[in-house]
Amino acid sequence: MKRLLQLILLFLSLAANGQVKISGSVKRFDGKPVSGANISLKDTYDGATSDSLGFYSFITTEKGKFVLSVSATGYLYTEDSIFISSSPIIKHIMLNEELNEITITARKFDADDKSKSVTLLNSLDVATVGGAGADISSVMKTLPGTQQVGEREGLFVRGGTGTETKQFIDGTLVNNPYFATAPDIGARGRFSPFLFKGTVFSTGGYSAQYGQALSSALILESIDLPEKSHIDASVSPLVWGGAIQQLAKNEKSSWGVSYNYVNLGLYFYLVKQKPDYFKVPNGHNSDFNFRIKTKKGIVKFYSALGIGDGGLSRPDIDSIFFKDALNIHNLNWYSNLSWRENLGNGWKFILGLSYSTNRDHMYQELQDSNNVPREFPNSYFLMNKTFNLKSRQDLSQIKLVLDKRLSSSAVFRFGGEYWYNIQRSIYTATYEYPGNLNDHFTALFAETDIHISNRLTAQAGCRSEYSTIIDQVNIAPRMSLSYKTSANSVLCVSYGIFYQKPENQQLIASPQLGYTKATHYIAYFQQNLKGRILRTEVFYKQYNNLVKTIPKDLYFSTYNNAGDGYANGIEFFCRDNKVSVKNLDYWVSYSYLDTKREFLNYPKRIQPNFAATHNASIVTKKFFPKYKGGINLTYTYSTGRPYYYFHLNDQNSFEIKDQGRAKDFHNVGLSLSYIPSLGKQDAKTFWVIFASVSNLLGSDQVYGYNYSYNGSVKQAVTPTARRFFFIGVFLSWGVDRTQDAINNNL
Amino acid sequence: MKEKIRITSLLTFFLLCFFSLISNAQDDKFVKAMQKNLKALDSAKTTAEYIAISNSFERIGDAEKTSWLPYYYAALALITPAWNDKAINADENSVKVKALIDKASKIEDNVEIYGLRNMIATQQMMIDPSTRWVNYGVDASTALKKGLAMDPENPRLNFLKGSSIFYTPTQFGGGKDKAKPVLQKAVELYSKEQPKPLYPSWGKNSAEELLAQCN
Repeated sequence: MKRLLQLILLFLSLAANGQVKISGSVKRFDGKPVSGANISLKDTYDGATSDSLGFYSFITTEKGKFVLSVSATGYLYTEDSIFISSSPIIKHIMLNEELNEITITARKFDADDKSKSVTLLNSLDVATVGGAGADISSVMKTLPGTQQVGEREGLFVRGGTGTETKQFIDGTLVNNPYFATAPDIGARGRFSPFLFKGTVFSTGGYSAQYGQALSSALILESIDLPEKSHIDASVSPLVWGGAIQQLAKNEKSSWGVSYNYVNLGLYFYLVKQKPDYFKVPNGHNSDFNFRIKTKKGIVKFYSALGIGDGGLSRPDIDSIFFKDALNIHNLNWYSNLSWRENLGNGWKFILGLSYSTNRDHMYQELQDSNNVPREFPNSYFLMNKTFNLKSRQDLSQIKLVLDKRLSSSAVFRFGGEYWYNIQRSIYTATYEYPGNLNDHFTALFAETDIHISNRLTAQAGCRSEYSTIIDQVNIAPRMSLSYKTSANSVLCVSYGIFYQKPENQQLIASPQLGYTKATHYIAYFQQNLKGRILRTEVFYKQYNNLVKTIPKDLYFSTYNNAGDGYANGIEFFCRDNKVSVKNLDYWVSYSYLDTKREFLNYPKRIQPNFAATHNASIVTKKFFPKYKGGINLTYTYSTGRPYYYFHLNDQNSFEIKDQGRAKDFHNVGLSLSYIPSLGKQDAKTFWVIFASVSNLLGSDQVYGYNYSYNGSVKQAVTPTARRFFFIGVFLSWGVDRTQDAINNNL
Repeated sequence: MKEKIRITSLLTFFLLCFFSLISNAQDDKFVKAMQKNLKALDSAKTTAEYIAISNSFERIGDAEKTSWLPYYYAALALITPAWNDKAINADENSVKVKALIDKASKIEDNVEIYGLRNMIATQQMMIDPSTRWVNYGVDASTALKKGLAMDPENPRLNFLKGSSIFYTPTQFGGGKDKAKPVLQKAVELYSKEQPKPLYPSWGKNSAEELLAQCN
């Protein structure tokens, strides 16, 4: 009996001694403690949470071989096997930071601090910039690095021309992102901001995934599945239309169609325009989309067809009695299919296919004051005023990007793209000039993101391109280093070489042309504090092999690559999103630019006519929940841009005969919105009433000057009217989607 | 002989205890661990405490894999401090919370879990209501609607509905007057509620406090 009791006692004491303490610390690889980590003895209840110094400890009665798992938000899950006997165990654990795309924002202009995503501005941000009329490019002009060029479409970035900025949708290039327009009249973009999740605007030094843009890349990522099915309609004196977006019951797929009709007849009747619009600009735009969720990704398709017409006449600068009457007809069809899939095991791919065709027909004739066509085949300066231009541009593309996570601190990305570019044009004036071009363009790229230490991240990549028409291979290295100076601030330097093919017209005239080239050197410092961003950036950009014109006569020229130039400057940006003042979001940007270039018909290095030295913008947006309305006010300023008269002298070269500086540019844009059904959850119809005006104060805006053929007359290039007004009502049924309603087809 | 019988009976007793311990051990251990954590959850004050409790619930959930309750409370323990602690970023917190909600709903998708979905969406919306209400506001109200369709008499969902109306400005269709009847219903439902052991029963006091503010 005694022996038995002893045995039982022994057994009990063993059990008591069986409690084993497991303790240690959880740290990052740089030694910083990780608090709040869940340390767990797998398949038991035992475990602990690390404290603010990263320490943990717990007691367990388990014995034998076990797995100790550690999980913490933002770090990779870790497991380690341990053997529990009777002695205490000390286990120190090192965690690796979870590396995702979000942390690599070094070169991206990241203004959306809240989500820390790569998004610069979300759709609502874009739609509500006062006076910008929900046009993506107009909104980008309120950010540092851009110019207030209103007489031409495109974004003029850091001393670059509008064609040096390219737009990409889901990775593939968009050939004609703007509506067709007449010379000296700017055009808005074809794509609504609501098609996109976010807009990343890189003013230089962007990734090796993108090419053929010397200055800047506007990277647009389309939205995934819609929240809910809905029907929208818009009514305004300028445009009316409707859209359906249908989400499948299982929320795995969706489709949508939209149509709108634009007619500026009534508007031009009410608001006098400088040119005489004998044919009112009008257009039909429709699009179709579908999106299908796959196992671990999504397939998206978007196709848009736009047809537009218009005709305007303006006084001819070379004659007192005549005017130039120009007819424009444009058809543009754009389609994009993209497939993004997560393959597991650290692999991801993005496949993009796109096709676009753009057909322009422009016809101009010289008319007298009674609108009777006149021809002067023998007058040197009037003979080419009557012309007929038919052109067609097709672009087919395929792009594949593969992404492999190598470890917790490195990602490797590589891929390639192929473009097939066709241009067909016939220009008929005194003679007929056909212009045809076929180009097969191939590019390969690879880049890697590496966390060298917790503070230091490097991105290194290289891109190589080959175009059959140029018949040269180029190699473009890109690099950037970013260093976290504190939890909320980063210092980044980057370097990159960028190539771009000359314009199609130039290549047709001179097929021996090579790539134009730009080299970027950029450094910036950015500070993100809750809802506030402060950014300072300096850059130096060198241009080489720019296209220069070799004139044959006043009308015809060939080209070479003898141009060059530089741009440098400093930029500031600050945004305060409703932190300092309730419901007030504002941003301020300023850019200083020093640039000179010799290209086209510039006889020497001069400040180009699209570059102003100082540019500044203030964007404010205030919403008044009490009145269910918002006021958005934007002010942009830039110093006057230079203008020149280039005279073709007897030696058949250009010289500057006259020059000057246009007056400073001011623009105050205002928009008002009123949302009567805001907050009414049961409202069947969602309404938005929207009004906006550009150049509210009516200041004189002069973009530059045009000269007559002999330089004796100069004419200011101005907007077609002092102000632009818009008013519209947007309705939505099905789901409360304020942003769709505000925008639709503004 | 007598002694032998005593030893045998003693041995039998020990063996019986031992077996009954083994058979009930698993259930008992679960209930005890849950009760201990629930008590801690009731008295927790700092965010660090809440995180530790959430982790502890998650460990129980991972070990059991058959009950939705540990994951439910693990999520709730992360949501609760985020109402008051400004240092918590709701977007970052939601990643973890949503993962826990998903684990719970895989085991059993029920009305209480929709309450969690409603709360986390509301917290994300609160970061910037004027732009986020389009997405997160819809998420929050969808969760509420789905939950109430499952059980219109759930006191917690009625309380969440009432409080969301309470905090919505009057001009957006909210306000005290509209919240009052919903909160009255919630309080009534709380008083009738007889929760199963370990099942959610929180919210009674908060509902009463909010209702008191309606007058």
